[in-house]
Amino acid sequence: MPRQKNDILQGTLALLVLRTLADEGRLHGYAITSHIQRASADLLRVEEGSVYPALHRMTEDGWLRAEWGVTERSREARFYTITAAGRKQLIEEEASWARLRAGVQRVLRRA
Amino acid sequence: VKDLDRERQFHLDERAAELEAAGYSPEAARAEAARRFGTPAPIPPRGPERRPTMSLDQFVQDVRFTLRSLRRNAAFAVFATLIAGLGIGATTTVFSVVNALILRPLPFAEPDRLVWMPNRDTGGLSAQTTQVAHMLDLRARTQTMSAVGGYFAFYGVGDQVLTGSGDAERLSGVPVTDNFFDVLGVRPAYGRTFNADETRWQGPRAVLLSDALWRRRFAADPGILNRTLTLNDEPHVVVGIMPAEFDFATVFAPGNRFDLFLPFPLVPETSRWGNTMSMVGRLKPGVPVGAAQAEVRAIADELTRTHTDRNSFVGVVKPLADQVGGRMRTAVWVLTGAVAAVMLIVCANLSNLLLARTASRQREMAIRMAMGAGRQRLVAQMLTEGIVLAGGGAVVGIGLAYLGTLGLAQQNAVSIAMLSSVRLDPTALGFALGLAMLTGILFGLAPALQAPALALHNTLKDSSRGATEGRERRWLRSTLVVAEITFACVLLVGAGLLIRSFMRVLDVSIGFDAARASTIRVDPDARIATPEQTDAYYNDVLTAARAIPGVQAAGITDALPFGRNRTWGVRAQGQTYERGQAPSAYIKVVSDGFFGAMGIPLVAGRDFSRLDASTTEPVAIVNQTLAQRLWPDQTPIGQAMVNLCGQKVTRVIGVAGDMRHLTPEQPSGNELYLPMRQCRQVSSADLVLRSDVPSAQLAATVRVALRPIVPTIAGNEFRGVQQLLDRSVSPRRFLVWLLGGFAAFALLLASFGTYALISYSVNQRTREIGIRMALGASARDVQLGILRQTLILAAIGLALGTAGGWALARGIRGLLFDVTPGDPGTFVAMAAVLMAVAAIAGYLPARRASRTDPLSALRAE
Repeated sequence: MPRQKNDILQGTLALLVLRTLADEGRLHGYAITSHIQRASADLLRVEEGSVYPALHRMTEDGWLRAEWGVTERSREARFYTITAAGRKQLIEEEASWARLRAGVQRVLRRA
Repeated sequence: VKDLDRERQFHLDERAAELEAAGYSPEAARAEAARRFGTPAPIPPRGPERRPTMSLDQFVQDVRFTLRSLRRNAAFAVFATLIAGLGIGATTTVFSVVNALILRPLPFAEPDRLVWMPNRDTGGLSAQTTQVAHMLDLRARTQTMSAVGGYFAFYGVGDQVLTGSGDAERLSGVPVTDNFFDVLGVRPAYGRTFNADETRWQGPRAVLLSDALWRRRFAADPGILNRTLTLNDEPHVVVGIMPAEFDFATVFAPGNRFDLFLPFPLVPETSRWGNTMSMVGRLKPGVPVGAAQAEVRAIADELTRTHTDRNSFVGVVKPLADQVGGRMRTAVWVLTGAVAAVMLIVCANLSNLLLARTASRQREMAIRMAMGAGRQRLVAQMLTEGIVLAGGGAVVGIGLAYLGTLGLAQQNAVSIAMLSSVRLDPTALGFALGLAMLTGILFGLAPALQAPALALHNTLKDSSRGATEGRERRWLRSTLVVAEITFACVLLVGAGLLIRSFMRVLDVSIGFDAARASTIRVDPDARIATPEQTDAYYNDVLTAARAIPGVQAAGITDALPFGRNRTWGVRAQGQTYERGQAPSAYIKVVSDGFFGAMGIPLVAGRDFSRLDASTTEPVAIVNQTLAQRLWPDQTPIGQAMVNLCGQKVTRVIGVAGDMRHLTPEQPSGNELYLPMRQCRQVSSADLVLRSDVPSAQLAATVRVALRPIVPTIAGNEFRGVQQLLDRSVSPRRFLVWLLGGFAAFALLLASFGTYALISYSVNQRTREIGIRMALGASARDVQLGILRQTLILAAIGLALGTAGGWALARGIRGLLFDVTPGDPGTFVAMAAVLMAVAAIAGYLPARRASRTDPLSALRAE
């Protein structure tokens, strides 16, 4: 299956998740996915299944805290919040994203 | 993983619901939701990769998994645990022995400051002991030692008769100097040590009790303090009770038991007795042994020079710990080496077992790896298996070590210093646990490192039964088996040489007939005072003894073999000797009939008779060695010696055969026999009976027959002379048993290891063998092929082991008796046993292989 053009760039998923949680507070995985798609006006398509391993990895790394809770429609879901370490990581990732974007843009302008 | 599944389900449901709301049919919604979710990525495999340290959770999980899988394979688990247990048990027991004999400090205050000071380092007890006057002078002059004490080395075992309450009982007491306990830094549990008054010549009679006697005879009643006991018909005041930790015998006279301590006065009267003192000194803090040695040697030289009336004094100083543990040091190290080799064989064996098991678990490994188990995790799992098995082994091993140490500590008949203090203490427990851990890691490691490689690689390559074993793995397993055979070989050589030595010792012609002689103490009691009464008493005892049915001969001696060894200077009439140069001889004062009772041959002349009494000419019997020494190439009968036992001239009337009375391993040297009725310097009297009746049966008859004459006779004191002999060879017997046991165990393990390896490789090659047989190989060809494979392994092990054994044999040269380190008999026998065992270990699988049915082997896929 050919990859879709708007697949999320490797490594930026964490940035998006962290930003989302920093803004929105406590969300479950589905809400995170939906939020990213909505906020990017559907420009970015997350392969939804790949969010979860990322969430687990980030939880293990201590950037996120995960806990089971109940949604408004009283279904059980795993909710994620950002930790202090996560916020620090977010700042770093944003800085490195800014560098990456600036670098890419320069290359593009020259061309 | 469960979290992830639930999350995924929730996600799909939510997405489907949303899509349905947007107009999808339920099925289409679900399909679209699944499509958008994409393939579920595996859980990040990097967890264990990034954290090489085992988490506790994971360890617990591994342990539970191991236990589950072991339960499914109980035979393997039991076998592995037993082997590990035996190894750990043996090693821990030997460690406890090493700990008690060598490592653990002596049970005294600041034991490293204690020194042992024999007069000379060699010869009989008389040569090793020092005269009282020298000891007093040394005490006064020494600058390097803060105190010098000692005990009377010629204490007699069973010298003290306790009468009064209950039956008369023979007890053993040691006379000690006033400061002996202070030098050692030992205090009585109750009461006090001897005071100055009690250590005067003929001062008030006082006694200290050992803890064991106090408990046995006086029910541990502290009220016994300051009460009076009747010892040898004289009242003695109990001034103190020693603590249970103070075991004089195990340090100074292993294999004995002491009940009492008596004061020994350091006065001119006791100095006249000659060399009597065994000396112990306490170094001043910081003084090295060498400095004390130099000083004592100088003082001793000067004392010998200035006091020509005294015996010579050489003055040797060495750490007390060396004196106590030194005699067994080589033996203990040999045991340690042996048990280490056994433990290595155990590890190799278990390693091999686990390797075989790993190989049969390839499929499981492959599945676990495919499901995302990391390399680290598989290694951890295999190591855990090793550790769990070793843990089980530790439980079994500690149990065995407990029994082993208990058994050793109760070997009262074995005269090895500190052996009775062998026990399973916390150090030994810690050792056992550490050992188990190390073992587990050691034998878990080889399979562990192979597990991941096996899991992916080999499963694809050679999991089909037809393929032969991976070359690398087979090489590892063969190496392990060769190592086992090598170690077993070395142990067999060591054990073989020691067993041969032991047999040679037992074969030594000891010069008397120990098997048919028995002895019992018959010291005259206090009623018998004058020489006439004493002579009459001994006559009565001998007459009564000879009348006992079944008794063929009876005699009395004051020096049983393997016991007391006092020496005196002996001078032939007409010879002049420089001071200290006169030959010395072991002195035995005996009655008529003694030679017949002991079975010592009289080579020339006549035996003593009742007529050799105080009124007749003083006579003596010499052994062949002394005769040769004093009168080389002359007839000894009729020759004379001067100044013996208060007699100016003593005439030689007979020559007796040499006997080995120190140990069976040492030639006797000069021996001189004097008749009891002429020489009164006797401190004990043992009746020796010669009879074909077993001594247990004889004991009762003897007691009844002698009681009217010897009221203090104690029935429990009747022993065969064979027992004395057994005790004197007991350290060697002890070593032989232990080492022999280790060697047998090692051989068993090595043969099992060989069998397991060959058997496994035969199983792996069933298909290959089937093809060969289908192509015309006979059963015999197949058998020979497999046997050859086995014998090649054994031969390599044998070659290495022979080299190792040769080196070991040189190392233990000092322990060998009448056997050369390169003893061809031992090496040949060892090689034969080993090859035979290997052949059997290879033959069984070979026979099985040769019965392979080619068709079923090929169809087995």
